[in-house]
Amino acid sequence: MFDLTGKAALITGASGGIGGAIARALHAAGASVGLSGTRVEPLEALASELGERAFVLPCNLGDAEAVAALPKQAAAEMGSVDILVNNAGITRDQLFLRMSDEEWDQVLQVNLTSAMRLSKAVLRGMMKARWGRIVNIGSVVGSTGNPGQGNYAAAKAGLVGMSKSLAYEVASRGVTVNVVAPGFIATAMTEKLTDDQKTSILGQIPAGRMGEAGEIGAAVLYLASPEAAYVTGATLHVNGGMAMF
Amino acid sequence: MSDVTARVRKIVVEHLGVEEANVVESASFIDDLGADSLDTVELVMAFEEEFGIEIPDDSAENIQTFGDAVEFIAGATAAS
Repeated sequence: MFDLTGKAALITGASGGIGGAIARALHAAGASVGLSGTRVEPLEALASELGERAFVLPCNLGDAEAVAALPKQAAAEMGSVDILVNNAGITRDQLFLRMSDEEWDQVLQVNLTSAMRLSKAVLRGMMKARWGRIVNIGSVVGSTGNPGQGNYAAAKAGLVGMSKSLAYEVASRGVTVNVVAPGFIATAMTEKLTDDQKTSILGQIPAGRMGEAGEIGAAVLYLASPEAAYVTGATLHVNGGMAMF
Repeated sequence: MSDVTARVRKIVVEHLGVEEANVVESASFIDDLGADSLDTVELVMAFEEEFGIEIPDDSAENIQTFGDAVEFIAGATAAS
C-alpha cells in the first residue's frame, strides 16, 4: 500500500522538523523528493541521509522570482512534479492591535501566496498527466484562531479556502488538493517551550501528548498516494483530539 | 495558414472528442464544441506546445472560437 515509485514530490520547508518527516515518508514509499527550504545545511544533511532520489532545491519563498524558478528546477532535477507539498511556513506573532503591515504581509506571502504560485506552476504538468497531488499544510489555528497569530491563522485558513476552490476546478483531471492541519507537534520549535507552557498545552489535548512529525508525514503520504484518489478538498486534522470538526 | 488550420483542428478534435466537420471557423469551443472552461485552458496549453509559442492569459481569454485560435496562432507563428 501507498507505493509512490516513479513519482516526484516537491516539499517546501523541508529543512524543518515536519517538512523533513514528510520528505522521509514520501521517500520511503519510493518517491523522488525535491527538498526545498531556506537553510541549505539541514537540506544537505537530509539529502545525504536519504541517499538516492533526493535533491536539494534551496529557495526563499518570500522572493517571487525564486518561487517562479523553483518548480522549473524541481522538474529539471526530477523530470516532473507529481506531488507538491506546500509545507513552508513562518510566524511573526504579534497582538493584532500592534501588528504591522509588514508582519502581516510576510506571513501571507510565505504561507499563502507562495503556495498559490507553486500550485499554479505545477498544475500544467499534473493536468496533462491526468494525475497530481497537492497537499497543503495548514494548522489547527486556521480553524480555531489563536491570540497573537491573526496573520498566521488567516494564512492557514486561506489555504483551506484556496485548496477547496482548486479541488473543484481540477478534480476531473485526476488532480486532488487537500490540507493536513497539524495540532501541536514536537519539533525544535516546541522544545523551547517552558514546562509550564507544555503542561498547559497538554491539558488541552485529549491524547495527552504532542504529536510526532512522522504522524504528519504519514497523513501526507496517504493523501499523496494513489489510494487517496477519491479524497479531494478535504482537511485532515492531526491534532490528538485538541479540536474536532 | 492552411497548415496551421489543420494542426489546430487536429488538437481540437483529439482533445474535445468532436467530429472534424463540426470544427468550423465560427465554432465556439464552449457553446458549440462542448468544452468547459478548463478544457479551454488545456487547449491553449496544447497549442503552445504544438507551435512552440507562448499565449499570454489576456490573449487566451479572447480565443473563444476555432477561428480565433487559428488567427492568433497564425499571427504568432508568422511573427516569430
